[in-house]
Amino acid sequence: MGYRVKAEVMDAEAIDRALTRIAHEILEANKGAGTIALAGIMTRGVDMATRLAERIERIEGTTVPVGSLDISFYRDDVAMRLSPEVHTTDIPYEVEGRTIVLVDDVLYTGRTIRAAMDAIMDFGRPSAIQLAVLVDRGHRELPIRADFVGKNVPTARRERVKVLLAEHDGRDAVIILEDDGQGV
Amino acid sequence: MPLSSKHIMTMDDLNAEDIALILDTAESFSEVNQRRIKKLPTLRGRTIVNLFFEPSTRTRMSFEIASKRLSADGVNFTASSSATVKGETLRDTAKTLAAMACDMVIVRHKYAGAPQMLAEVMDCPIVNGGDGVHQHPTQALLDLYTMRQSFGKLEGLRVGIVGDICHSRVAGSLVPALNKVGATPIIIGPPTLMPARPDILGAQVAYDLDEVLPTLDVTYLLRVQFERAARMPFPSNREYAMLYGMNPARLAAMPSHGIVMHPGPMNRGVEISADVADSPRSMILDQVESGVAVRMAIMYLMLGGADSGAAA
Repeated sequence: MGYRVKAEVMDAEAIDRALTRIAHEILEANKGAGTIALAGIMTRGVDMATRLAERIERIEGTTVPVGSLDISFYRDDVAMRLSPEVHTTDIPYEVEGRTIVLVDDVLYTGRTIRAAMDAIMDFGRPSAIQLAVLVDRGHRELPIRADFVGKNVPTARRERVKVLLAEHDGRDAVIILEDDGQGV
Repeated sequence: MPLSSKHIMTMDDLNAEDIALILDTAESFSEVNQRRIKKLPTLRGRTIVNLFFEPSTRTRMSFEIASKRLSADGVNFTASSSATVKGETLRDTAKTLAAMACDMVIVRHKYAGAPQMLAEVMDCPIVNGGDGVHQHPTQALLDLYTMRQSFGKLEGLRVGIVGDICHSRVAGSLVPALNKVGATPIIIGPPTLMPARPDILGAQVAYDLDEVLPTLDVTYLLRVQFERAARMPFPSNREYAMLYGMNPARLAAMPSHGIVMHPGPMNRGVEISADVADSPRSMILDQVESGVAVRMAIMYLMLGGADSGAAA
């Protein structure tokens, strides 16, 4: 099935502003950066988490630790499909007692976040888990919501939301793709 | 299906891409094995049968730990406490297991070809845990993993496999495995422990260990399988140790980056001296550690994805 670009809903500046706002909101909600640690979900979530940590450091002068989560082994559909590429999880801080902010690019069904919460819990008992996403596209299948959202983008299920980040894709943008009707 | 073959019965079932995928995936599982909580929910509800007709400590335990860490239900079958002692054939045992709907079978048997026979009567993926003097592919994969961890690469490594080549299923899998990843296997041993046609194995052949030692990145010592040899293949253990045993002097003759490996269990004082076995250049316990991660990767890759009919 082929896809064509339907719309670009965020450009580089919009993403930049959204991340800056989210960094402020995280600090406001947690009254500073004291007990926070970020955990980016592979792969775009890790880039976002790194950028958020840079901003938090600029605002507050505090370095917050950043980890990366690969949730392939925690997914509920392992029997149906495997992740094309499995990365190594790296949580270089003590989870016990911290506020963990999960960071992902797109929030959709909520199943990835469910798996990420299970993955974090295997490292210890955090005092709280919060969720920051760049795009919330709706269509939740689990009772999960984001604490910090860059942009709410209403979508149809047959559409795809793609977040492009300079680290992996050469430029920053959020685009919506739709089925081009060409079939396979 | 992510791997090119449904079963892993011999190294022929895997191509270079499969091997790379298994080793890369195993790296992620190594990280899990360092955690305080070493359990993943990945294969919840799957049943993995360990069908062991021959004694085994590390292979069986390694598969069992791997299945437990992935939350699969592991069932152990030991020949001595089963209907096998009442004369049930392998084929009938396999049919019985198939009727119980297990998802994967690991088999070790003293006859070569036992895994192929199981595959004929069962639908689930079969993994060879060692068949006779034929192959032991998961051992070869964990050895490759250990070498890759030590050197950061496999291509171009010179690996000397020393000792009881003709009775060794480990060599049977390791030689083709090394060839597939671009390393150079060299088999070394006394003529009485070489197969009748060593040249067709696909390895370089040498009879003098001391001559090749300075060129080896890895010296892989095989256990002398006294239980499989029809008669004593050399005059005495002492003579074997003098000619082919690894000792501190031989370790010093290897390049300084060179490592020593052994599939276990060891005959200390025969193929390897105790001080070499316990030296920092011995990777023997690293191999055991790699075994769990590599077997977790194999289970994940073989049982995940759109396999087993129903899920697809």
